[in-house]
Amino acid sequence: MELKDTRAIAALPEAVWAAILDPEVLKACIPGCESITGTPEDGFEAVVVQKVGPVKARFTGVVTLSDMVPGQSLTISGEGKGGPAGFAKGGARVRLEPDGEGTTLSYEVQAAVGGKLAQLGSRIIDGFARKLADEFFARLQGAVEAPDEDDQPEEAALDASGEGKEKKKGWFRRMTGA
Amino acid sequence: MPKDHGIGASVKRREDVRFLMGLGKYTDDMAIAGQAHAVFVRSQVAHGRINKIDASDAAAMPGVLCVLTGEDFKDVGGNPTGWLINSRDGTPMREPKRPALAHGKVRHVGDAYAVVIAETYAQAKEAAEAIVADIEELPAIVDMAAAVADTSNRVHDEIPDNLCYDWGWIEDNRAAVDEAIRNAPHVTTLELVNNRLVPNAMEPRASIGEYFPGTGDYKLTTTSQNPHLTRLLIAAFVMGIPENKLTVVAPDVGGGFGSKIYHYGEEAVVLTAARKLGRPVRWTAERSESFLSDAHGRDHVTKIELACEKDGTFIAFRTETMANVGAYLSNFATVTPTFLHGTLMAGPYKVPNVYVNVKTVFTNTAPVDAYRGAGRPEATYSLERVIDKMCRELGLDPFEVRRKNFITTDMFPYTTPVGLAYDTGDYHATLDKAMEMADVAGFEARRAASAAKGKLRGMGLSTWIEACGIAPSHLVGILGSRVGLYDAATVRVNATGNISVMTGAHSHGQGHETVFAQIVADKLGVPESSVEIVHGDTSKIPFGMGSYGSRSLAVCGSAVTKAIDKIVAKGKKIAAHMLEAAEEDIAFENGSFTVAGTDKAKSFGEIAFSAYVPHNYPLETLEPGLEETAFYDPANFTYPAGAYICEVEVDAETGKVDVAAFHCADDFGNIMNPMVVEGQVHGGVGQGIGQALCENTVYDENGQLLSGSYMDYAMPRADDVPFYNVDYSCQTPCTHNPLGAKGCGEAGAIGSPPAVVNAVIDALQRGGHTHVTHIDMPVSPARVWAAIQG
Repeated sequence: MELKDTRAIAALPEAVWAAILDPEVLKACIPGCESITGTPEDGFEAVVVQKVGPVKARFTGVVTLSDMVPGQSLTISGEGKGGPAGFAKGGARVRLEPDGEGTTLSYEVQAAVGGKLAQLGSRIIDGFARKLADEFFARLQGAVEAPDEDDQPEEAALDASGEGKEKKKGWFRRMTGA
Repeated sequence: MPKDHGIGASVKRREDVRFLMGLGKYTDDMAIAGQAHAVFVRSQVAHGRINKIDASDAAAMPGVLCVLTGEDFKDVGGNPTGWLINSRDGTPMREPKRPALAHGKVRHVGDAYAVVIAETYAQAKEAAEAIVADIEELPAIVDMAAAVADTSNRVHDEIPDNLCYDWGWIEDNRAAVDEAIRNAPHVTTLELVNNRLVPNAMEPRASIGEYFPGTGDYKLTTTSQNPHLTRLLIAAFVMGIPENKLTVVAPDVGGGFGSKIYHYGEEAVVLTAARKLGRPVRWTAERSESFLSDAHGRDHVTKIELACEKDGTFIAFRTETMANVGAYLSNFATVTPTFLHGTLMAGPYKVPNVYVNVKTVFTNTAPVDAYRGAGRPEATYSLERVIDKMCRELGLDPFEVRRKNFITTDMFPYTTPVGLAYDTGDYHATLDKAMEMADVAGFEARRAASAAKGKLRGMGLSTWIEACGIAPSHLVGILGSRVGLYDAATVRVNATGNISVMTGAHSHGQGHETVFAQIVADKLGVPESSVEIVHGDTSKIPFGMGSYGSRSLAVCGSAVTKAIDKIVAKGKKIAAHMLEAAEEDIAFENGSFTVAGTDKAKSFGEIAFSAYVPHNYPLETLEPGLEETAFYDPANFTYPAGAYICEVEVDAETGKVDVAAFHCADDFGNIMNPMVVEGQVHGGVGQGIGQALCENTVYDENGQLLSGSYMDYAMPRADDVPFYNVDYSCQTPCTHNPLGAKGCGEAGAIGSPPAVVNAVIDALQRGGHTHVTHIDMPVSPARVWAAIQG
């Protein structure tokens, strides 16, 4: 399964780049992410809860960032094991290009599932992966463009834990010096 | 007035009473005191190296009794395949070890690498999820052509090109066939896929292992079509225990269709665990496990060429097939695409030149083996589709082309260019009958009526033949079989005159309990109600090679008949003594021993009683008792054949195909129970329509099974099949077995798929979509629609 898309983000590539490298941003942006630890250099460990069709599972896995060209492009790869539910793995090749005051973010996602997820959920996995990717980059866009708590009601709604929100604000203020 | 009992009567199936009332007893119904539950841990990747299996957490969980992995079975034998095939160059096939649990590598999604035994099913299941396996995923080998081309990526490390064998049949024909095709006035070529099927027996596989430390005996209760073969494989090959210390019981079995012929690793595992724990260990597959680990069927990619005169007279058939064998060789996996396929590539036709090349390929998919028809549906589909295509190319009538090429009744026995000797048949008769049943002359009116509804109507023909009644041991021995394929039966006349018949053939839907009783009752002149058929227990039955290949009646039924003959012969000796007459003057008829030309007689019951209470008995020359065993080894295969005509309506807007009518005119030789025969044909055609229109097994490029549930694997439903029109009045009895029976179990699944697809192509062609010359099965709405769109 492969899909690609582009997004216009109202922030400079440097800001987008920094956001992608921040585990707290990743946590807020990965749908269903319960926890994430680690660093861009060593990779992250993540726990993600997802329901694909009839299969609901808690995936534990690693997220690695590679092929990093600062401010321009990188590959985000992840592999999650969901126990008896099977596994999911995939990668996104992300490119950032300056566009005036903003950034054009383009991504190409490859995803694969195995085990019960493939046997029971293959019919819906393409649409599901597309939805996840859309949601991830929409959240990323939201995080970069709308740092102020009041300006991101959607983020607040999506961020079930409520914890990441505070830290995200802190992150943005650190970034912008605001 | 039709017969109401005995041979030829449509006696209602006695076994149906218990099945319909929920009184059947299947493996999973058995509850054994002290039983523990097994749950298997199966690979989620198609291909991977097992670095480490950490079961320490699982082993410590509540209720867990033990965890076994491939490591525990690495020193016991593998599950062998039953047939040695040589490649064209004379080298023997590659035969990798098939361990009870995967060791070193996992080779398909669903390959079991560990098992947890616990007090309860839930505990075992939970612990199975706690096993941590470090399996390094390797690139999956899924596509057959790529598997053979890429020698770096191997299903089995020791087999460089993933090829099991490259088989030619008959190699001596090759040059002549090539020459004939080069010089022929017309050659039709067709590339096709015979789609992979999941057998989907209603009852999933289940096994219970028991061990009795006091005697050292093992007992396996399992879902098997042939318990003796399973016993032989486990005892002699896998576990290395004496055959007489292992009893295998196959109780009621809810369908097999081939998938329960084979010995599976789970059976050896539950026995081993039972011995280790000193407790019965049981396992029943979940439906997902069945999809992943039952042996699948078909999966051929074929190119067939038909060379002919411009008038449609066949000159040669040449076939190149790649057959997917999956990750391991299942028990019949090597013979199915070869001797059960290549030998049928002359069909019922007097074609002089035939050559078949089959490359059998290992892939990271579930093992593939015999499924109802086994090789013969693949042969029939290739032949009948390419003939149909040729008729269109040359503008010839498909009925006339068959007639022109049929072997005629004056030509029997007929030896084909692919090595079979057909004993009898009348292919014109079954074609005539089918055309009469189908009202071929009235097709145009039906087509117009369909057109008025906006539907495209088409008619498809298939004239099929199979070799069954498997099989003459001397012949299969020459061809590489590692077993004989006779069968056995014991007829035990009890002192009180009722009869127990122990048969090597196992009944799992075929109706043996009724039909064999009809035969015995008819031949001994006793009521059917006094005859009991006992099957499926190696401790009760002399021996047997099981039920598959439409063999039960032709082979085991013949063994029953031979045993009855021995009973009658002994009865005559007893009667001669009791009636004070010469043995040669005793006649046996209608259950009575008489002295010819007199009114002196003894009933069958009196003779039986005398045999067990031998007060007036020739003890000096004759043993007491009345029990006889016979083994029967067929002299030849049997050759049922027939003509199937299918009519379909196609909705060109949606691509949906409806089977409007299906007519079967079959020659099964002599018929024992017409109702059972009709049921077998109905079931077979239903499965054939399922293959043609609905069923498909899909692996993605990573070897993940995408059609792993009934949401994605389309079984035929009642509204996918029509009311069948079945006839078996054309009967050319088999010349070499005592019942004159040919077998009918696989016929429907063999003859029907090409009839359906030919009908769809016909409908599209008549509807003006003349660019559509072939659609691969399953001919689903999406495929039909796409074909129409070009």
